[in-house]
Amino acid sequence: MDLIANHISHRFGDLAVLDDISFTVSAGEVVAIVGPSGCGKSTLLSILGGLLLPSSGAPELRGAPPADSLNPLTFVFQDFALLPWATVEENVEFPLLHTQLSATQRRALVDDALRRTGLTDFRKTYPKQLSGGMRQRVGISRALAVKPAILLMDEPLSALDSQTRELLMEDFVRLLADGGMGAAYVTHNLEEAARLADRIVVLSRRPGRIREVVTVPMTRAERGEASAREQLLALQNQIWSLIRNEAIDAEREVQHA
Amino acid sequence: MLDRATDTSAKDDTTRRVRFRGAGFVPASSRFGGWIALALVIAIWQAAGSSGLVNPLFLPAPSAIVRAIYELARSGALWQHLSASILRIGVGWVLGTAAGVAVGFAIGLSRLARSVGITFISALFPIPKIALLPLLILWLGIGEEPKIATIALGVFFSTAISVYSGVDAVPRNLIRMAQSFNVPFATIVRKVVWPGALPAILAGFRITASVALLLVVSAEMIGAQYGIGAFVLQAGNLMQTDQLLAGVVILSVFGLAVGKVIGWLEVNLLHWR
Repeated sequence: MDLIANHISHRFGDLAVLDDISFTVSAGEVVAIVGPSGCGKSTLLSILGGLLLPSSGAPELRGAPPADSLNPLTFVFQDFALLPWATVEENVEFPLLHTQLSATQRRALVDDALRRTGLTDFRKTYPKQLSGGMRQRVGISRALAVKPAILLMDEPLSALDSQTRELLMEDFVRLLADGGMGAAYVTHNLEEAARLADRIVVLSRRPGRIREVVTVPMTRAERGEASAREQLLALQNQIWSLIRNEAIDAEREVQHA
Repeated sequence: MLDRATDTSAKDDTTRRVRFRGAGFVPASSRFGGWIALALVIAIWQAAGSSGLVNPLFLPAPSAIVRAIYELARSGALWQHLSASILRIGVGWVLGTAAGVAVGFAIGLSRLARSVGITFISALFPIPKIALLPLLILWLGIGEEPKIATIALGVFFSTAISVYSGVDAVPRNLIRMAQSFNVPFATIVRKVVWPGALPAILAGFRITASVALLLVVSAEMIGAQYGIGAFVLQAGNLMQTDQLLAGVVILSVFGLAVGKVIGWLEVNLLHWR
């Protein structure tokens, strides 16, 4: 199943946020969306996931989702969005409650998702008892439980410290390794984009327009090797040079607001 | 090489400890402080009464109040008055709470209900509900109904306000998360909105319990034969101040007991906080 941004534009009142955005996230592909602060990255993701109606254009799906997918387009949120009154396993089970699955089937899915994210021993724990990294693991586990075709990840690592970010990035690489799941990955961190994405959509300053789509010339497995370091850095510098001046302008705009 | 520049043993005349400046401003209380203070006040009160410093007609000693409560309990009058008040509070509170929760959720979840509901609540909430008792007597007769209706009205408005405030305070990101998983509206209300609003709802219960107590006493003072309010009024009219204060103490204990029940509910239902 492919996810298509079809000429999406959006305004908040008089403020134009997105302008004619078109690209495709193909099945199994990871597309990072980067750009200066306020360029509409998260707004675009909300539109792609059906949580916000665009002013014009539309998000579209092409092809059938995998037969076992319970929620083909699934978000992983920046702020985790965990139910604080529910335990880890209850949070992971939450999106399955309204499905036709039996309790046993739900249990199997929850167990599998918790195992894949290393949370099996924390299933009875409440979110407040977990670190930021562990909370995001719960968010990822919840997303995995519904067997998504495409993950919509809104800066999933930005609220975390650098060590946790590194560990979770390794987790993402592992989870996305088999190509069964695609992802639209919004980030302001160019290193994350270069490490995880197959293609990187670079947006301009508000109103966000596509400045360039950069293809990462390596497999994700190759990017983990030491020899790829320089090439990844060069790629990051290339993207940074595309957005640097606009990022500075955007920063000034925020300070003067 | 690691930098081990600080030699802690090297001290001179200028070496001094950094003064601790971080004391206080911690919202904590000592475990027995409150009880000790209460016991102290009662002891002073008793001493003043026993020594004749205070006229027992104006302020009966604690021992006289305890004696009055004992006599009330022994004669069966305590239960007669208390049960009448508890029945009125219980029925009135349940009715007002049920209606308040329903209306509060409707306002919190529906644009139409919000537009209509908030207008009426804003207009009617400030009215002292006891002022409506004569009208309610006219409508409902002189039995239990007007007293229960007064309590229910008082409880209803506070409950509705705390419920829709609680619903408004549920983090929108949790609702969007549920929607992103195609969770149906009813399940979102049951699994996200209700538990998210529960802290505000329980906080509202504390207020409505006090409102119910206030209104039952007021209503019983206006028109009742039995009930703690009627008993207190009767004692006051007969200048039986020990009986009057016995009624006040019973009300205080009742309020404390209700507070404990709500505290227990908070501990058990909001353990995740």
